[in-house]
Amino acid sequence: MSDFFTVSVLVATLASGIRLATPFLLSALGETIGQRSGVLNLGVEGVMLIGAYAAYITALRTGSVFAGVLAAIGAGALMGMVYAFITVVMHATQGISGIGIFLFGLGFTDLLFRQQVGTPVPIDGLRGLDMGALSDLPIVGELLFSHNMLTYVAFALVPVVWFAMNRTTFGLNVRAVGETPEAADTLGVRVNVVRTQAIIIGNVMAGLAGGTLALDVGIFQQNLTSGQGFIAVALVYFGAWRSSGVMAGGLLFGVVSSTVLQLKTLGIIVGANSTIAAMAPAILTIVVLVLVSRRIGAPSALTVPFERDN
Amino acid sequence: MALTAPQADDADASDDLAVSRLARLMRPFVGVAVPATAAIAALLVGAVMLLSFGANPLVAYGELITGAFGSADNLADTAVRAMPLALVGVGICIAFRTDVINIGGEGQIILGAIAATVTSMAFDDVPRALLVPMVIVAGAIGGGFWGAIPGALKAYAGVNEILSTIMMNLVAFHLLSFLLQDLLIEPGEIKIQQTRRLSPNADLPLLPGGTRLHIGVLVAILVAVLGYLLLFRSALGMRLRAVGHNPDASQYAGMAVRKSVTQALAFSGACCGIAGAVLVFGSESHRLIGEGGAAAFTQNAGFNGIVAALFGALHPIFTVPASFLFGGMLTGGSDMQRATQVPAALVVALNGVVVVFVVGSLRLRDWLRTWAGEVSSYGGRA
Repeated sequence: MSDFFTVSVLVATLASGIRLATPFLLSALGETIGQRSGVLNLGVEGVMLIGAYAAYITALRTGSVFAGVLAAIGAGALMGMVYAFITVVMHATQGISGIGIFLFGLGFTDLLFRQQVGTPVPIDGLRGLDMGALSDLPIVGELLFSHNMLTYVAFALVPVVWFAMNRTTFGLNVRAVGETPEAADTLGVRVNVVRTQAIIIGNVMAGLAGGTLALDVGIFQQNLTSGQGFIAVALVYFGAWRSSGVMAGGLLFGVVSSTVLQLKTLGIIVGANSTIAAMAPAILTIVVLVLVSRRIGAPSALTVPFERDN
Repeated sequence: MALTAPQADDADASDDLAVSRLARLMRPFVGVAVPATAAIAALLVGAVMLLSFGANPLVAYGELITGAFGSADNLADTAVRAMPLALVGVGICIAFRTDVINIGGEGQIILGAIAATVTSMAFDDVPRALLVPMVIVAGAIGGGFWGAIPGALKAYAGVNEILSTIMMNLVAFHLLSFLLQDLLIEPGEIKIQQTRRLSPNADLPLLPGGTRLHIGVLVAILVAVLGYLLLFRSALGMRLRAVGHNPDASQYAGMAVRKSVTQALAFSGACCGIAGAVLVFGSESHRLIGEGGAAAFTQNAGFNGIVAALFGALHPIFTVPASFLFGGMLTGGSDMQRATQVPAALVVALNGVVVVFVVGSLRLRDWLRTWAGEVSSYGGRA
């Protein structure tokens, strides 16, 4: 065990945990906004896959990571409009239509990848920023000042989302239409417009999360996200619809995963035991929720479409 | 008004009567016609995708349909593919009717498969007539156990079931991979993530006819009937549906809400677990295979089954034909790929489009229904 408890190993483990938490954080924050407005999106996984593929193929064709990021955002926005149309306008059952979006994303990206790329071609993905002296600092340099751009974006969004939800009119409206849409409507809030905005923002973040994943590993393959979108949805419940709680969940998942990987790399847990250890983040999230019993409920109007009574 | 309307010589009234008759005739069809139109529209989207890949949509869909339903062998393959969907679908009906969301089908399938596999290994020599039911029951117990955990967590610890079923899926994936790294695998030089060929006494017997169709299809139908009896013809089912409809009122009426939630997810998981057993012992390899990831084993049935249940209007019996149609698309996909060179992944994407279009069209159906209802009731006063 002594091998693990050295400063350099611990720092590397934490740093990689922060990196692994990035896609969770982006997509779960987005889903939080959507759910706060009363719309459940189980299709995050599908949107992430579409974002990932859009980022990958764009970066591959143009050679520009930045263009890849933009493509992921665009793909997310497009999926957001589709999802807003079917849930807000057409009142589709949200759980089921999310599964539809997931299946579409899973099949469609696999299809496009096989048709347009075929064998995996690696791309020049995201690189850690070089912040000069800051990056060279001992410990904190590696821990905090060596990540890629999107990791900083993701963590910066935590306070931004908190502020937007709690200190702006938009956030107030989002929360109002998620709790009591009728009352909000009476006060002149355009319920379905607010929900549409929230859904599009959420999907943009899911698309970006997928893009981050593809650009970070520099490759695309069938089912690249392998369930991360579903974990992101779970983290919204874990974080009780608060951006800080979602961040805690994302970090828990990221850091525990990176610890398991590190222990495996160091040979401290070997062979099949590492698979058992890989269950840790999933079990931990459940255990934490059982122990820390929270009395914060879901937004009252979650999954309930809104229509004005005539 | 009601008294003045029936004058036959009033031209307006007879016009209304004609419209109302038409509307009344239309009404039952609206329920089917709108989702069917939406499904066709989804297929048109698929046709555009096919065209953009340079394939002829008519040829592609032709191959898809022949591949799915064109011969006895193809029909049998479709039925084999549909079984896990139907079994999961019945489980989904039970959970959703109790207002519990079960996204843990994947994990419950895997636990059912593991329990069934271990049972067959432990009771290698038990005669077939006994071992086959044993592995199916073992699957039900394994899946039911895996479902009961998030059920109890929701009921007694307030843990949201969406979170817990997703997490239980992850745990199940890793458990499968763990067991197939050492404990359950075939001893040999090269470690392959699969068991040995399991006891032939546990093979699901083939049905006569010379196809691959095995008794799993009867199991699925039996489970669907049992699911129907449970939900709609038993006191337990009434309690589950009451809890699903209004937990507060049910609590007030003295119903055991917490127990119901746990039971619903346990039953739901049991159905998925049976699907796991059927996937192992109805497969051609007769092994539990982890190679290629957990999703390769479950064939995404934990999710596709949700869709099948929806198309079966959350009714266990109707879930069976809905699964058959979905199974057909999945079976026909490989024939389409062979004929047109378009990857079978198109079918997965197309399934997603169909789901989105059909769920998205239900409001249109309600509008049309209301309209038809209004027109016919207006004329109906005649």
